[in-house]
Amino acid sequence: MTPQEIFKVLKAKFSDALIEPTISAAGGSASVGYAMQLWIQIAPDRLKEICLFLRDNNAMQFDYLSCLSGMDYSNGTFGVVYHLASIVHKHKIILKTFCTKDNIHVQSVSAVWGTANWHEREAFDLFGIIFDEHPDLRRILMPDDWEGHPLRKDYKVQEFYHGIKVPY
Amino acid sequence: MLQPPTLPTDYTVKQGHIKTSTGKTIRTEEMIINMGPQHPSTHGVLRLEIVVDGEIIVDCIPHIGYLHRCFEKHCEHMTNYQQVIPYADRMDYCSAMTSEWAFALAAERMLKIEVPERVEYIRVIMAELQRIASHLIAAGTYGIDSGAFTPFLYTFIDREKILDLFEMTCGARLLYNYIWIGGLSHDLPPKFIEQAQEFVKYFRPRIKMLNDLLSYNEIFVKRTANVGVLPKDVAVNYAVSGPQLRGSGVNWDLRRDDPYSVYHKLEWEPQVGKGEMGTVGDCWDRHIVRMREMEQSLNIIEQALAGLPEGNVKAAIPKRIRPEKDAEIYVRTESSRGELGYYIVSDGTASPFRVKARGPAFVNLSVLPEIVKGAMIADLVLIAGSIDIVLGEVDR
Repeated sequence: MTPQEIFKVLKAKFSDALIEPTISAAGGSASVGYAMQLWIQIAPDRLKEICLFLRDNNAMQFDYLSCLSGMDYSNGTFGVVYHLASIVHKHKIILKTFCTKDNIHVQSVSAVWGTANWHEREAFDLFGIIFDEHPDLRRILMPDDWEGHPLRKDYKVQEFYHGIKVPY
Repeated sequence: MLQPPTLPTDYTVKQGHIKTSTGKTIRTEEMIINMGPQHPSTHGVLRLEIVVDGEIIVDCIPHIGYLHRCFEKHCEHMTNYQQVIPYADRMDYCSAMTSEWAFALAAERMLKIEVPERVEYIRVIMAELQRIASHLIAAGTYGIDSGAFTPFLYTFIDREKILDLFEMTCGARLLYNYIWIGGLSHDLPPKFIEQAQEFVKYFRPRIKMLNDLLSYNEIFVKRTANVGVLPKDVAVNYAVSGPQLRGSGVNWDLRRDDPYSVYHKLEWEPQVGKGEMGTVGDCWDRHIVRMREMEQSLNIIEQALAGLPEGNVKAAIPKRIRPEKDAEIYVRTESSRGELGYYIVSDGTASPFRVKARGPAFVNLSVLPEIVKGAMIADLVLIAGSIDIVLGEVDR
Protein backbone atom coordinates (compact mmCIF):
# COMPACT_ATOMS: atom_id res chain seq x y z
CA MET A 1 0.00 0.00 0.00
CA THR A 2 1.18 3.52 -0.66
CA PRO A 3 1.31 6.00 2.23
CA GLN A 4 -1.69 7.81 0.69
CA GLU A 5 -3.79 4.64 0.77
CA ILE A 6 -2.76 3.93 4.35
CA PHE A 7 -3.70 7.46 5.25
CA LYS A 8 -7.11 7.07 3.63
CA VAL A 9 -7.85 3.93 5.64
CA LEU A 10 -6.75 5.61 8.86
CA LYS A 11 -8.77 8.71 8.04
CA ALA A 12 -11.91 6.64 7.60
CA LYS A 13 -11.41 4.84 10.88
CA PHE A 14 -9.76 7.35 13.21
CA SER A 15 -10.73 10.70 11.68
CA ASP A 16 -10.69 12.46 15.05
CA ALA A 17 -7.07 11.53 15.81
CA LEU A 18 -5.46 12.59 12.54
CA ILE A 19 -4.36 15.75 10.80
CA GLU A 20 -3.69 15.99 7.04
CA PRO A 21 -0.38 14.38 6.04
CA THR A 22 2.39 16.64 4.91
CA ILE A 23 5.14 15.77 2.53
CA SER A 24 8.57 16.22 4.05
CA ALA A 25 11.02 17.99 1.78
CA ALA A 26 13.57 15.22 1.39
CA GLY A 27 12.72 12.83 -1.37
CA GLY A 28 14.40 9.56 -2.20
CA SER A 29 14.74 9.95 -5.92
CA ALA A 30 18.39 8.98 -6.21
CA SER A 31 18.13 5.27 -5.65
CA VAL A 32 15.75 2.45 -6.35
CA GLY A 33 12.20 2.60 -5.06
CA TYR A 34 12.74 4.64 -1.93
CA ALA A 35 9.58 6.35 -0.81
CA MET A 36 9.72 6.68 2.97
CA GLN A 37 8.87 10.34 3.03
CA LEU A 38 5.19 10.84 3.79
CA TRP A 39 4.20 11.10 7.37
CA ILE A 40 0.95 11.04 9.28
CA GLN A 41 0.43 13.11 12.38
CA ILE A 42 -1.36 11.44 15.25
CA ALA A 43 -2.66 12.75 18.54
CA PRO A 44 -0.31 11.63 21.33
CA ASP A 45 -3.08 10.03 23.37
CA ARG A 46 -4.42 7.90 20.52
CA LEU A 47 -1.15 6.25 19.51
CA LYS A 48 -1.58 2.83 21.02
CA GLU A 49 -4.98 2.26 19.51
CA ILE A 50 -3.84 3.28 16.03
CA CYS A 51 -0.59 1.33 16.26
CA LEU A 52 -2.47 -1.80 17.30
CA PHE A 53 -4.71 -1.36 14.28
CA LEU A 54 -1.70 -0.86 12.00
CA ARG A 55 -0.04 -3.97 13.37
CA ASP A 56 -3.00 -6.32 13.34
CA ASN A 57 -5.00 -5.28 10.28
CA ASN A 58 -4.44 -7.79 7.48
CA ALA A 59 -3.91 -5.19 4.79
CA MET A 60 -1.40 -3.26 6.93
CA GLN A 61 0.56 -5.73 9.06
CA PHE A 62 3.14 -3.24 10.25
CA ASP A 63 4.92 -5.81 12.35
CA TYR A 64 8.30 -4.12 12.35
CA LEU A 65 9.09 -0.87 14.18
CA SER A 66 12.28 0.20 12.45
CA CYS A 67 13.10 3.24 14.45
CA LEU A 68 11.63 5.45 17.14
CA SER A 69 13.21 8.88 17.53
CA GLY A 70 12.62 11.59 20.04
CA MET A 71 12.74 15.13 18.72
CA ASP A 72 13.18 18.59 20.20
CA TYR A 73 11.96 21.19 17.71
CA SER A 74 13.59 23.93 19.83
CA ASN A 75 10.48 26.11 20.24
CA GLY A 76 9.03 24.22 23.15
CA THR A 77 7.62 21.53 20.89
CA PHE A 78 8.73 17.96 21.31
CA GLY A 79 7.91 15.06 19.10
CA VAL A 80 8.30 11.35 18.57
CA VAL A 81 8.80 9.88 15.11
CA TYR A 82 7.93 6.26 14.35
CA HIS A 83 9.31 4.55 11.26
CA LEU A 84 7.18 1.51 10.62
CA ALA A 85 7.72 -1.24 8.11
CA SER A 86 5.97 -4.44 7.18
CA ILE A 87 7.97 -7.57 6.52
CA VAL A 88 4.95 -9.22 4.91
CA HIS A 89 3.86 -6.43 2.57
CA LYS A 90 7.18 -4.56 2.35
CA HIS A 91 5.54 -1.16 2.70
CA LYS A 92 6.52 1.64 5.05
CA ILE A 93 4.95 4.56 6.81
CA ILE A 94 6.05 7.29 9.18
CA LEU A 95 3.98 8.39 12.14
CA LYS A 96 4.65 11.56 14.07
CA THR A 97 3.24 12.88 17.26
CA PHE A 98 3.87 16.20 18.95
CA CYS A 99 3.66 17.43 22.51
CA THR A 100 4.67 20.57 24.34
CA LYS A 101 7.25 21.10 27.05
CA ASP A 102 4.56 21.73 29.67
CA ASN A 103 2.65 18.57 28.84
CA ILE A 104 5.37 16.22 27.70
CA HIS A 105 3.36 13.00 27.68
CA VAL A 106 3.07 10.48 24.87
CA GLN A 107 1.37 7.13 24.96
CA SER A 108 3.78 4.21 25.03
CA VAL A 109 3.68 1.64 22.25
CA SER A 110 5.94 -0.87 23.99
CA ALA A 111 2.96 -3.18 24.40
CA VAL A 112 2.53 -3.17 20.63
CA TRP A 113 6.16 -3.65 19.61
CA GLY A 114 8.66 -5.00 22.13
CA THR A 115 11.45 -3.04 20.53
CA ALA A 116 9.80 0.24 21.55
CA ASN A 117 10.71 -0.46 25.17
CA TRP A 118 14.39 0.47 24.84
CA HIS A 119 13.80 3.14 22.21
CA GLU A 120 11.32 4.88 24.49
CA ARG A 121 13.68 4.63 27.41
CA GLU A 122 16.29 6.30 25.24
CA ALA A 123 13.90 9.10 24.24
CA PHE A 124 13.01 9.58 27.91
CA ASP A 125 16.69 9.62 28.86
CA LEU A 126 17.87 12.08 26.23
CA PHE A 127 14.75 14.26 25.77
CA GLY A 128 12.72 13.78 28.91
CA ILE A 129 9.64 12.68 27.00
CA ILE A 130 7.41 10.71 29.35
CA PHE A 131 5.80 7.65 27.84
CA ASP A 132 2.60 6.83 29.68
CA GLU A 133 2.02 3.16 30.49
CA HIS A 134 5.65 2.26 29.83
CA PRO A 135 6.51 -0.77 32.00
CA ASP A 136 10.01 0.31 33.03
CA LEU A 137 10.74 3.96 32.25
CA ARG A 138 14.32 4.41 33.49
CA ARG A 139 17.35 6.10 32.00
CA ILE A 140 19.25 3.83 29.67
CA LEU A 141 22.37 5.52 28.31
CA MET A 142 23.10 8.12 30.97
CA PRO A 143 23.67 7.28 34.66
CA ASP A 144 20.51 7.06 36.75
CA ASP A 145 21.34 10.20 38.74
CA TRP A 146 22.30 12.43 35.81
CA GLU A 147 20.73 15.87 35.73
CA GLY A 148 18.83 17.08 32.70
CA HIS A 149 18.20 15.58 29.31
CA PRO A 150 21.25 15.99 27.04
CA LEU A 151 19.67 16.12 23.60
CA ARG A 152 17.36 19.00 24.47
CA LYS A 153 18.33 22.12 22.59
CA ASP A 154 18.44 24.19 25.80
CA TYR A 155 20.49 21.62 27.70
CA LYS A 156 23.17 22.94 30.04
CA VAL A 157 25.60 20.35 31.26
CA GLN A 158 25.94 20.01 35.01
CA GLU A 159 29.20 21.23 36.49
CA PHE A 160 30.02 18.32 38.76
CA TYR A 161 28.98 14.69 38.78
CA HIS A 162 29.91 12.93 42.03
CA GLY A 163 32.70 15.43 42.56
CA ILE A 164 34.12 14.95 39.06
CA LYS A 165 34.24 18.03 36.85
CA VAL A 166 32.06 17.38 33.80
CA PRO A 167 32.83 19.97 31.07
CA TYR A 168 36.34 19.36 29.84
CA MET B 1 33.55 1.24 41.57
CA LEU B 2 31.16 -1.47 42.68
CA GLN B 3 27.63 -0.55 41.77
CA PRO B 4 24.64 -1.55 43.85
CA PRO B 5 22.13 -3.80 42.13
CA THR B 6 19.38 -1.75 40.54
CA LEU B 7 16.54 -4.13 40.00
CA PRO B 8 13.10 -2.56 39.65
CA THR B 9 12.22 -1.34 43.12
CA ASP B 10 9.16 -3.55 43.36
CA TYR B 11 11.16 -6.71 42.70
CA THR B 12 11.15 -9.13 45.61
CA VAL B 13 13.62 -11.96 45.72
CA LYS B 14 11.68 -15.19 46.05
CA GLN B 15 12.40 -17.33 49.06
CA GLY B 16 11.40 -20.86 49.89
CA HIS B 17 12.22 -23.96 51.86
CA ILE B 18 13.22 -27.45 50.79
CA LYS B 19 13.60 -30.64 52.75
CA THR B 20 16.79 -32.63 52.33
CA SER B 21 16.99 -36.42 52.32
CA THR B 22 18.06 -36.37 55.96
CA GLY B 23 14.91 -34.55 56.93
CA LYS B 24 16.55 -31.19 57.53
CA THR B 25 14.86 -28.06 56.27
CA ILE B 26 17.03 -25.58 54.33
CA ARG B 27 16.08 -22.08 53.33
CA THR B 28 16.43 -21.33 49.60
CA GLU B 29 16.63 -17.93 47.99
CA GLU B 30 17.12 -16.47 44.55
CA MET B 31 20.44 -14.76 44.09
CA ILE B 32 21.28 -11.58 42.21
CA ILE B 33 24.57 -11.70 40.35
CA ASN B 34 26.32 -8.98 38.38
CA MET B 35 28.00 -10.10 35.20
CA GLY B 36 30.26 -7.39 33.90
CA PRO B 37 30.95 -4.64 33.03
CA GLN B 38 34.45 -6.13 32.90
CA HIS B 39 33.43 -9.66 32.09
CA PRO B 40 35.56 -11.07 29.29
CA SER B 41 32.73 -12.71 27.41
CA THR B 42 30.38 -9.78 27.26
CA HIS B 43 32.35 -8.44 24.28
CA GLY B 44 32.75 -5.01 25.77
CA VAL B 45 31.53 -3.04 28.73
CA LEU B 46 28.11 -4.56 29.20
CA ARG B 47 26.69 -5.31 32.62
CA LEU B 48 24.12 -8.04 32.92
CA GLU B 49 22.29 -8.24 36.18
CA ILE B 50 20.88 -11.70 36.55
CA VAL B 51 18.54 -13.26 39.06
CA VAL B 52 19.34 -16.93 39.41
CA ASP B 53 17.55 -19.80 41.02
CA GLY B 54 20.43 -22.20 41.54
CA GLU B 55 21.96 -22.28 38.09
CA ILE B 56 18.86 -21.30 36.18
CA ILE B 57 18.33 -17.72 35.10
CA VAL B 58 15.03 -16.29 36.29
CA ASP B 59 15.48 -12.74 35.05
CA CYS B 60 18.13 -10.71 33.28
CA ILE B 61 18.46 -6.94 33.16
CA PRO B 62 21.09 -5.52 30.79
CA HIS B 63 22.69 -2.24 31.85
CA ILE B 64 24.26 -0.33 29.00
CA GLY B 65 25.69 3.14 28.54
CA TYR B 66 29.22 2.58 29.82
CA LEU B 67 30.57 3.55 26.41
CA HIS B 68 28.14 6.38 25.72
CA ARG B 69 29.93 9.20 23.98
CA CYS B 70 27.10 11.46 22.82
CA PHE B 71 27.31 10.63 19.12
CA GLU B 72 23.98 12.27 18.39
CA LYS B 73 24.80 15.43 20.33
CA HIS B 74 28.19 15.66 18.63
CA CYS B 75 26.54 15.49 15.21
CA GLU B 76 24.42 18.53 16.01
CA HIS B 77 27.57 20.51 16.73
CA MET B 78 29.40 19.64 13.52
CA THR B 79 29.86 22.51 11.10
CA ASN B 80 29.63 20.25 8.10
CA TYR B 81 27.84 17.00 7.33
CA GLN B 82 31.12 15.52 6.15
CA GLN B 83 32.55 15.84 9.66
CA VAL B 84 30.09 13.27 10.96
CA ILE B 85 31.68 10.45 8.92
CA PRO B 86 34.64 9.81 11.28
CA TYR B 87 32.20 9.70 14.19
CA ALA B 88 30.01 7.24 12.31
CA ASP B 89 33.14 5.10 11.90
CA ARG B 90 33.46 4.87 15.64
CA MET B 91 29.91 3.65 16.12
CA ASP B 92 30.44 0.09 15.04
CA TYR B 93 34.20 -0.19 15.09
CA CYS B 94 34.21 -3.80 13.90
CA SER B 95 32.32 -2.80 10.79
CA ALA B 96 33.25 0.82 10.16
CA MET B 97 32.81 0.76 6.37
CA THR B 98 29.12 -0.08 6.59
CA SER B 99 28.59 2.54 9.30
CA GLU B 100 30.05 5.37 7.28
CA TRP B 101 28.31 4.19 4.14
CA ALA B 102 24.94 4.36 5.87
CA PHE B 103 25.47 7.96 6.91
CA ALA B 104 26.87 8.99 3.53
CA LEU B 105 23.90 7.35 1.80
CA ALA B 106 21.43 9.16 4.02
CA ALA B 107 23.07 12.51 3.34
CA GLU B 108 23.20 11.82 -0.40
CA ARG B 109 19.52 10.91 -0.56
CA MET B 110 18.74 14.07 1.36
CA LEU B 111 20.69 16.19 -1.12
CA LYS B 112 19.43 14.11 -4.08
CA ILE B 113 22.98 13.42 -5.21
CA GLU B 114 23.57 10.65 -7.70
CA VAL B 115 27.00 9.08 -7.20
CA PRO B 116 29.00 7.61 -10.10
CA GLU B 117 28.59 3.91 -10.76
CA ARG B 118 32.24 3.21 -10.02
CA VAL B 119 31.72 4.58 -6.51
CA GLU B 120 28.76 2.28 -5.95
CA TYR B 121 30.75 -0.76 -7.00
CA ILE B 122 33.74 0.13 -4.85
CA ARG B 123 31.43 0.73 -1.89
CA VAL B 124 29.84 -2.66 -2.38
CA ILE B 125 33.26 -4.33 -2.51
CA MET B 126 34.42 -2.55 0.63
CA ALA B 127 31.19 -3.22 2.54
CA GLU B 128 31.27 -6.92 1.73
CA LEU B 129 34.94 -7.24 2.65
CA GLN B 130 34.03 -5.50 5.89
CA ARG B 131 31.14 -7.87 6.43
CA ILE B 132 33.48 -10.83 6.12
CA ALA B 133 35.96 -9.23 8.53
CA SER B 134 33.18 -8.53 11.02
CA HIS B 135 31.70 -12.03 10.77
CA LEU B 136 35.18 -13.46 11.24
CA ILE B 137 35.48 -11.65 14.56
CA ALA B 138 32.01 -12.84 15.49
CA ALA B 139 32.81 -16.46 14.67
CA GLY B 140 36.24 -16.36 16.30
CA THR B 141 35.10 -14.82 19.56
CA TYR B 142 32.10 -17.10 19.57
CA GLY B 143 34.51 -20.01 19.47
CA ILE B 144 36.19 -18.60 22.56
CA ASP B 145 32.83 -18.22 24.28
CA SER B 146 32.15 -21.88 23.72
CA GLY B 147 35.59 -22.98 24.84
CA ALA B 148 37.37 -23.37 21.50
CA PHE B 149 40.41 -21.12 21.31
CA THR B 150 42.02 -22.24 18.04
CA PRO B 151 39.42 -20.98 15.54
CA PHE B 152 39.95 -17.46 16.90
CA LEU B 153 43.56 -17.49 15.71
CA TYR B 154 42.58 -18.76 12.27
CA THR B 155 39.86 -16.15 11.83
CA PHE B 156 42.27 -13.39 12.76
CA ILE B 157 44.82 -14.55 10.18
CA ASP B 158 42.13 -14.13 7.51
CA ARG B 159 40.81 -10.87 8.90
CA GLU B 160 44.34 -9.51 8.78
CA LYS B 161 44.38 -10.04 5.01
CA ILE B 162 41.22 -7.98 4.64
CA LEU B 163 42.65 -5.24 6.83
CA ASP B 164 45.74 -5.24 4.58
CA LEU B 165 43.48 -4.59 1.61
CA PHE B 166 41.84 -1.69 3.47
CA GLU B 167 45.20 -0.34 4.49
CA MET B 168 46.47 -0.22 0.95
CA THR B 169 43.27 1.55 -0.11
CA CYS B 170 42.96 4.28 2.49
CA GLY B 171 45.82 3.93 4.93
CA ALA B 172 43.71 2.92 7.91
CA ARG B 173 43.09 -0.54 9.25
CA LEU B 174 40.13 -0.08 11.54
CA LEU B 175 38.45 3.31 11.19
CA TYR B 176 38.68 4.38 7.58
CA ASN B 177 36.94 7.66 6.81
CA TYR B 178 36.93 6.29 3.27
CA ILE B 179 33.34 6.60 2.10
CA TRP B 180 32.52 10.28 1.85
CA ILE B 181 29.31 12.07 1.01
CA GLY B 182 29.19 12.04 -2.78
CA GLY B 183 32.02 9.61 -3.31
CA LEU B 184 35.19 8.20 -1.81
CA SER B 185 38.31 9.74 -0.36
CA HIS B 186 40.60 7.89 -2.81
CA ASP B 187 40.28 5.75 -5.87
CA LEU B 188 41.43 2.15 -5.62
CA PRO B 189 45.21 1.80 -5.61
CA PRO B 190 46.97 -0.10 -8.41
CA LYS B 191 46.95 -3.88 -7.99
CA PHE B 192 43.96 -3.74 -5.61
CA ILE B 193 41.74 -5.72 -7.95
CA GLU B 194 44.31 -8.48 -8.40
CA GLN B 195 44.91 -8.75 -4.68
CA ALA B 196 41.22 -8.76 -3.87
CA GLN B 197 40.65 -11.51 -6.42
CA GLU B 198 43.50 -13.44 -4.88
CA PHE B 199 41.89 -13.06 -1.47
CA VAL B 200 38.55 -14.37 -2.74
CA LYS B 201 40.31 -17.40 -4.19
CA TYR B 202 42.22 -17.97 -0.98
CA PHE B 203 39.30 -17.47 1.37
CA ARG B 204 36.68 -19.76 -0.18
CA PRO B 205 38.31 -23.01 1.01
CA ARG B 206 39.10 -21.38 4.36
CA ILE B 207 35.38 -21.07 5.11
CA LYS B 208 35.01 -24.80 4.75
CA MET B 209 38.00 -25.31 6.99
CA LEU B 210 36.52 -22.99 9.64
CA ASN B 211 33.24 -24.84 9.42
CA ASP B 212 34.97 -28.17 9.95
CA LEU B 213 36.99 -26.73 12.78
CA LEU B 214 34.17 -24.99 14.61
CA SER B 215 30.64 -25.08 13.20
CA TYR B 216 30.32 -28.84 12.80
CA ASN B 217 32.48 -29.67 15.80
CA GLU B 218 30.56 -32.09 17.99
CA ILE B 219 31.21 -30.20 21.22
CA PHE B 220 30.33 -26.86 19.66
CA VAL B 221 27.08 -28.22 18.24
CA LYS B 222 26.14 -29.71 21.60
CA ARG B 223 26.79 -26.38 23.31
CA THR B 224 24.85 -24.22 20.85
CA ALA B 225 22.03 -26.28 19.33
CA ASN B 226 18.65 -25.80 21.04
CA VAL B 227 20.16 -23.07 23.22
CA GLY B 228 18.76 -19.54 23.29
CA VAL B 229 15.96 -20.17 20.85
CA LEU B 230 14.56 -16.93 19.45
CA PRO B 231 11.17 -17.62 17.83
CA LYS B 232 10.22 -15.85 14.63
CA ASP B 233 7.40 -13.74 16.05
CA VAL B 234 9.44 -12.55 19.03
CA ALA B 235 12.30 -11.63 16.73
CA VAL B 236 10.06 -9.53 14.50
CA ASN B 237 8.27 -7.95 17.45
CA TYR B 238 11.60 -6.84 18.87
CA ALA B 239 12.69 -5.57 15.43
CA VAL B 240 15.74 -7.80 15.52
CA SER B 241 17.64 -7.62 12.25
CA GLY B 242 20.55 -9.01 10.33
CA PRO B 243 21.94 -12.52 10.85
CA GLN B 244 20.03 -12.80 14.10
CA LEU B 245 16.67 -12.30 12.36
CA ARG B 246 17.61 -14.57 9.48
CA GLY B 247 18.79 -17.16 11.99
CA SER B 248 15.22 -17.23 13.28
CA GLY B 249 14.00 -18.23 9.85
CA VAL B 250 12.83 -14.87 8.53
CA ASN B 251 14.00 -14.34 4.99
CA TRP B 252 14.67 -10.62 5.26
CA ASP B 253 17.71 -8.78 3.98
CA LEU B 254 17.62 -5.06 3.30
CA ARG B 255 20.11 -5.44 0.48
CA ARG B 256 17.34 -7.26 -1.35
CA ASP B 257 14.13 -6.08 0.30
CA ASP B 258 14.86 -2.35 0.46
CA PRO B 259 17.54 -2.19 -2.21
CA TYR B 260 20.21 0.47 -2.28
CA SER B 261 23.35 0.90 -4.32
CA VAL B 262 23.92 -1.81 -6.97
CA TYR B 263 22.96 -4.88 -4.96
CA HIS B 264 20.00 -5.51 -7.23
CA LYS B 265 22.37 -6.04 -10.17
CA LEU B 266 24.36 -8.74 -8.41
CA GLU B 267 23.43 -12.34 -7.80
CA TRP B 268 23.39 -13.69 -4.28
CA GLU B 269 21.07 -15.37 -1.81
CA PRO B 270 20.16 -14.30 1.73
CA GLN B 271 20.93 -17.13 4.14
CA VAL B 272 18.26 -18.33 6.53
CA GLY B 273 18.46 -20.55 9.59
CA LYS B 274 16.73 -23.88 9.11
CA GLY B 275 17.22 -25.58 12.45
CA GLU B 276 19.54 -28.23 11.04
CA MET B 277 21.08 -29.10 14.40
CA GLY B 278 18.13 -28.32 16.65
CA THR B 279 15.39 -25.73 16.67
CA VAL B 280 15.06 -22.86 14.21
CA GLY B 281 16.46 -19.73 15.80
CA ASP B 282 18.93 -21.33 18.20
CA CYS B 283 22.50 -20.18 18.72
CA TRP B 284 23.87 -22.59 16.16
CA ASP B 285 21.55 -21.20 13.49
CA ARG B 286 22.70 -17.66 14.13
CA HIS B 287 26.31 -18.79 13.91
CA ILE B 288 25.89 -20.76 10.70
CA VAL B 289 24.00 -17.92 9.02
CA ARG B 290 27.08 -15.74 9.52
CA MET B 291 29.39 -18.41 8.16
CA ARG B 292 27.22 -18.86 5.05
CA GLU B 293 26.86 -15.14 4.56
CA MET B 294 30.60 -14.88 4.18
CA GLU B 295 30.36 -17.15 1.17
CA GLN B 296 27.64 -14.95 -0.32
CA SER B 297 29.76 -11.89 0.31
CA LEU B 298 32.56 -13.54 -1.66
CA ASN B 299 30.13 -14.05 -4.55
CA ILE B 300 29.18 -10.38 -4.43
CA ILE B 301 32.80 -9.25 -4.30
CA GLU B 302 33.70 -11.48 -7.24
CA GLN B 303 30.94 -10.06 -9.40
CA ALA B 304 31.59 -6.49 -8.34
CA LEU B 305 35.29 -6.81 -9.11
CA ALA B 306 34.49 -8.23 -12.54
CA GLY B 307 31.92 -5.55 -13.32
CA LEU B 308 33.82 -2.57 -11.88
CA PRO B 309 33.29 0.31 -14.33
CA GLU B 310 35.80 3.07 -15.04
CA GLY B 311 35.06 6.60 -13.98
CA ASN B 312 35.33 9.30 -11.39
CA VAL B 313 35.13 8.56 -7.67
CA LYS B 314 33.66 11.88 -6.64
CA ALA B 315 30.29 13.28 -7.56
CA ALA B 316 29.86 17.01 -7.97
CA ILE B 317 28.66 18.12 -4.56
CA PRO B 318 28.40 21.62 -3.16
CA LYS B 319 31.33 22.72 -1.06
CA ARG B 320 29.09 23.40 1.88
CA ILE B 321 26.39 20.85 2.23
CA ARG B 322 23.08 22.50 3.13
CA PRO B 323 19.96 20.40 2.70
CA GLU B 324 16.68 22.26 2.39
CA LYS B 325 14.98 23.53 5.52
CA ASP B 326 12.92 20.88 7.31
CA ALA B 327 14.23 18.18 5.01
CA GLU B 328 14.36 14.84 6.71
CA ILE B 329 15.14 11.29 5.78
CA TYR B 330 15.39 7.85 7.27
CA VAL B 331 17.69 5.53 5.37
CA ARG B 332 18.22 1.96 6.43
CA THR B 333 21.03 -0.24 5.24
CA GLU B 334 22.15 -3.75 6.00
CA SER B 335 25.30 -3.52 8.06
CA SER B 336 27.15 -6.59 9.29
CA ARG B 337 24.86 -6.76 12.30
CA GLY B 338 21.57 -5.80 10.72
CA GLU B 339 19.46 -2.77 10.00
CA LEU B 340 21.57 0.32 10.47
CA GLY B 341 19.40 3.37 9.94
CA TYR B 342 20.07 7.07 10.12
CA TYR B 343 17.28 9.53 10.67
CA ILE B 344 18.53 12.99 9.75
CA VAL B 345 16.60 16.21 10.08
CA SER B 346 17.92 19.44 8.61
CA ASP B 347 17.14 23.03 9.52
CA GLY B 348 18.68 24.46 6.38
CA THR B 349 22.06 25.19 7.95
CA ALA B 350 25.35 23.38 7.39
CA SER B 351 25.03 21.35 10.58
CA PRO B 352 22.40 18.66 11.05
CA PHE B 353 19.48 19.60 13.29
CA ARG B 354 19.07 16.07 14.55
CA VAL B 355 20.75 12.78 13.80
CA LYS B 356 19.34 9.60 15.22
CA ALA B 357 21.31 6.44 14.71
CA ARG B 358 19.30 3.26 14.84
CA GLY B 359 22.02 0.77 15.61
CA PRO B 360 21.32 -2.90 15.02
CA ALA B 361 23.36 -3.97 18.05
CA PHE B 362 21.25 -1.79 20.38
CA VAL B 363 18.01 -3.29 19.16
CA ASN B 364 19.32 -6.84 18.92
CA LEU B 365 20.53 -6.70 22.50
CA SER B 366 17.12 -5.61 23.75
CA VAL B 367 15.73 -9.08 23.04
CA LEU B 368 18.29 -10.77 25.30
CA PRO B 369 16.13 -10.83 28.49
CA GLU B 370 13.40 -12.57 26.48
CA ILE B 371 15.57 -15.46 25.38
CA VAL B 372 17.76 -16.13 28.42
CA LYS B 373 14.93 -16.78 30.87
CA GLY B 374 15.14 -20.42 31.86
CA ALA B 375 18.64 -20.92 30.51
CA MET B 376 21.72 -21.94 32.49
CA ILE B 377 24.30 -19.36 33.56
CA ALA B 378 26.92 -21.07 31.41
CA ASP B 379 24.64 -20.71 28.38
CA LEU B 380 24.12 -17.00 29.00
CA VAL B 381 27.63 -16.34 27.72
CA LEU B 382 26.85 -18.29 24.56
CA ILE B 383 23.51 -16.61 24.01
CA ALA B 384 24.96 -13.12 24.50
CA GLY B 385 27.83 -14.05 22.19
CA SER B 386 25.51 -15.27 19.46
CA ILE B 387 23.87 -11.84 19.27
CA ASP B 388 27.24 -10.42 18.18
CA ILE B 389 26.98 -7.03 19.82
CA VAL B 390 29.44 -4.20 19.48
CA LEU B 391 29.13 -1.98 22.50
CA GLY B 392 30.33 1.05 20.57
CA GLU B 393 27.10 0.88 18.66
CA VAL B 394 24.87 -0.11 21.55
CA ASP B 395 25.93 2.90 23.60
CA ARG B 396 26.74 5.35 20.80
